[in-house]
Amino acid sequence: MQQQFLKNNISLKDKIGALDFKLVFLILLLGIISFFTMYSTEQGKLGYYTQSHIYRFCIFFVIFFICAFLKLQFWHKFTNLFYFLVIILLLAVDFFGIAASGSTRWINLFVFNLQPSELMKVALIIFLAKYYNKISIDEVSRVKSMVIPSFALFLPVALVISQPDLGTALLIMIGGLAVVWLAGLKLKYFMFSFVTFMCSMPVVIAFLKPYQKLRILTFLNPERDPLGAGYQIIQSKIAVGSGGIFGKGFLKGSQSYLDYLPEKHTDFIFTLFSEEFGFIGCIFLLLIYMLILYRITKIGQKSKSNFAKLYCFGFAVAFFTYVVINMSMVLGLLPIVGAPLPIMSYGGSSMLSMMIGLGIVMSCNIHNEDRL
Amino acid sequence: MLSFSKTFHNKSRLISRRMFILSTLKITVFAIIISRLFYLQISENIKYRSLSDKNRLREWKISPERGVIKDYFGAKIANNKQTYQLLMIPEDVPNLEEFFFKLSKIINFDNRERRILLKKLKRRKPWESIVVSDNLSWSEFSRLNLFAHEIQGIKPAVAISREYSDDESSSHILGYVSDVSAKDLKNNNYLKEINVPGLKTGKNGLEKSLNEKIIGKPGVQRFEVNAYGKRIKELKLIEGISGRDFKTTIDQEIQKFSGKLIADKSASVCVMDIYTGDIVVSVSSPTFDPNKFVHGISHEDWEKLINNNKKPLINKTIAGLYPPGSTIKPIVALSALENDVISPKLVVKCTGSIDFYGETFHCWKKKGHGFMSLRNAIKQSCDVYFYEVARRLGIDRLSVTAKKFGLGKLALNFFNEEKKGVVPDTKWKLEKIGKGWYLGETLISGIGQGYFQSTPLQLCFMMAQLANGGYEIKPRIIDDRYALQPMVDAWREEFASRRNNLELPNPRLKKLYRNQENIKLVLDALYGATNEPMGTSYRSRHVKAKYIYAGKTGTSQVRRITLEERKKDLKTQDVPYEQRDHALFTAFAPYKNPRYAISIVVEHGGAGSSGAAPIAKKIIKKVLDRHQLRKKYQLDLFKEA
Repeated sequence: MQQQFLKNNISLKDKIGALDFKLVFLILLLGIISFFTMYSTEQGKLGYYTQSHIYRFCIFFVIFFICAFLKLQFWHKFTNLFYFLVIILLLAVDFFGIAASGSTRWINLFVFNLQPSELMKVALIIFLAKYYNKISIDEVSRVKSMVIPSFALFLPVALVISQPDLGTALLIMIGGLAVVWLAGLKLKYFMFSFVTFMCSMPVVIAFLKPYQKLRILTFLNPERDPLGAGYQIIQSKIAVGSGGIFGKGFLKGSQSYLDYLPEKHTDFIFTLFSEEFGFIGCIFLLLIYMLILYRITKIGQKSKSNFAKLYCFGFAVAFFTYVVINMSMVLGLLPIVGAPLPIMSYGGSSMLSMMIGLGIVMSCNIHNEDRL
Repeated sequence: MLSFSKTFHNKSRLISRRMFILSTLKITVFAIIISRLFYLQISENIKYRSLSDKNRLREWKISPERGVIKDYFGAKIANNKQTYQLLMIPEDVPNLEEFFFKLSKIINFDNRERRILLKKLKRRKPWESIVVSDNLSWSEFSRLNLFAHEIQGIKPAVAISREYSDDESSSHILGYVSDVSAKDLKNNNYLKEINVPGLKTGKNGLEKSLNEKIIGKPGVQRFEVNAYGKRIKELKLIEGISGRDFKTTIDQEIQKFSGKLIADKSASVCVMDIYTGDIVVSVSSPTFDPNKFVHGISHEDWEKLINNNKKPLINKTIAGLYPPGSTIKPIVALSALENDVISPKLVVKCTGSIDFYGETFHCWKKKGHGFMSLRNAIKQSCDVYFYEVARRLGIDRLSVTAKKFGLGKLALNFFNEEKKGVVPDTKWKLEKIGKGWYLGETLISGIGQGYFQSTPLQLCFMMAQLANGGYEIKPRIIDDRYALQPMVDAWREEFASRRNNLELPNPRLKKLYRNQENIKLVLDALYGATNEPMGTSYRSRHVKAKYIYAGKTGTSQVRRITLEERKKDLKTQDVPYEQRDHALFTAFAPYKNPRYAISIVVEHGGAGSSGAAPIAKKIIKKVLDRHQLRKKYQLDLFKEA
């Protein structure tokens, strides 16, 4: 007990010493790669996007450390508050939101525009991790203990879909479901809900916006409308494919340089990267993401509390999903859903939520010995 | 506590186990992404690289420079000049109304041009430049350059365009160039390939006939463009190849001289080298200014040309059809002689008219010529004599000879607008009109009336083939030495055999006669017609030995003369213009050692002897004066002749 007490109040110096430096290094490396890629989207000028991307990364990297040094007990204690705060923000979007290109996703926080749905990605995972930490294995599959998680999952998803932002809603849901499954919910429930979901698809499709339907159709056959909706996928594939083994070289990606790439700062940043750095570069980038995932999983495995375990594993699955969905999308394996590539893509809220998420993972590493 | 610890560990193990399953799944998905990257970037790399280049590169064509057309002595009759153009790039113009307003302050830009431009704008992509005006004056151009920064989206440029010599005498031969129309594109594949904005194409005359060779090959500018089609940088420039230059057989100096002589008339002149078939002069009057077409003719100018009843746009030399009238008589006589229908000694009494099956056929001389021999009949152009000759000859035999000597078929077969004319025979009438031939029609055919239709070029061609001794030649207007060489060799042989007095048949020249004596007889009679008293063109003769020529007048009726009119015997001036006779004259010169044939047609010019022969006299003198000069430029063809 004495030992635990001491460990509860470890000094800042010890905390720094307890950092997972490999993970810190990987995040920093990814950040630096993202600077250069962003620099390339602006044709080699230190323009607005590059500058603000660098500023944000620096600020959020500090936030990452703050999150990491906060005690795990703090996170455990304020999880519900965090979750409900984000829910309130999501509701606020409906009333005071800022609309852009047909959907309302942001609220003006004066300093910058926040996209609460991005924060929900982390908030939901940690909320569910806390919930399942409390209940025992046997209780997990009981109907009684399925009520709260179901609400916790579907409320934000419904709010985000209504913005409408199908991509983010999907990502939030996948992260949440990952935690639910990790916590021990039997597979048959997933099967059951999957069947229910498929049966409800026709109804869902009827409620989809025309542009969302178009995206699905376009994904199925991009050549259907090469100058319209299929344009993005075709141009993206051309950019990636023309990169070859070694790429066209830094600042020499003609597809992006000549504006053929859509949204090259955000969702299609990987396209630009693979055009300029080729197959080798892509493998290198994938390796960084894999190592980050490995570090997160490792921290989760070492964690002594189930809360930390559930959170780390859940976040790993979510992080993996973001990476994979973004890449599959730009490589033409999935329809364009609007999912940013973690840390690489331009976008404050997305980077903030990733940094907070990683910070909590790091907090799990530092405060592993703490009692909740 | 123990059970709690146990469940805690169970839970922990479950979570870890499930995480392990998920990790396996993650690795699988990463493998799928890597294989997808491999497929796109390595397997399909070539395909996507070429697609990327197709995206990136765009080519612009540069207008080629048209070849120059020169006269026989190398004077440029269709030349190129620098013009000042104004281009606009539609996407750079923020406000069209303001743009037009500003433009109209600086250059001459009226509503019509504005309409045309708006029409063009609809068809073009916003980044493709459009020619607003391609014929700016220097002062407009310099003003534009001065104000260029004040008007967004304009680009003053220097270009090359067609310029024709301003004396206009060669307008009909040259034709003109103008903007490419949709029809031009449809009919000519090479135009589709060139397809440069602002390209001019030949619409008429030589410009049209030579178009494919003279137009040149366009250059190419390869640019890197962005997704919006905007040029980023030039990667490659392939210079265009300018079109081939062409030398014609025309003597621009005589052309100009002739043009002035007939300027106020509706007339045409054609002069041909009787050995080489070179067309030395081909003038049609009234003429027009082809320069007006180059940059788009104005509505008023066009209306003026179209409504002029003297038809300035028609090249009368090759496209004007006239009854040959008495100018056909040498052929009628020759045909009769060659077919042994008459002997030169045949005498017919002319009383001014003959009756034939109840119809009266008149001679132009009311009182009649009295007793006429063949030579006299040609010399004085006695109609009654030729009625008799034609009656004996028949239309079909006459038609064979006429066709042989160049009537009724395309003489040059080089111009789109060239007309074939008509040499009637019984079969022709049955096919075209569906009626049998009347004997009366044979009689009037004997004096070149009735169905006969010929162009001045054909008449000149006919005279040339008579004057060279009855050999076939091929008229030409483009001077190509290599093509001419066999012809020159053939003639050289012919002259060598003439000098040696060997009557050896020359296989390389095609004879049009059966007995050359017949041709000599006809030519001698033509000498009489010009150089002996009573001859029809006696008053237009040359006295100086050097210029002496022989020719045949012709007066062709535009309509049938009624009996009352014949009684009144109206003077040409008293008849309304449209009803006056056409005046014709064909000749060859000099009489000794002939070299040139000439034909003149003056529409509604009255009698050939007074309306056409005097003009011919002047032109013949000019042609012969310039012969030595022309000879210098020629292959040493007739040194011995």
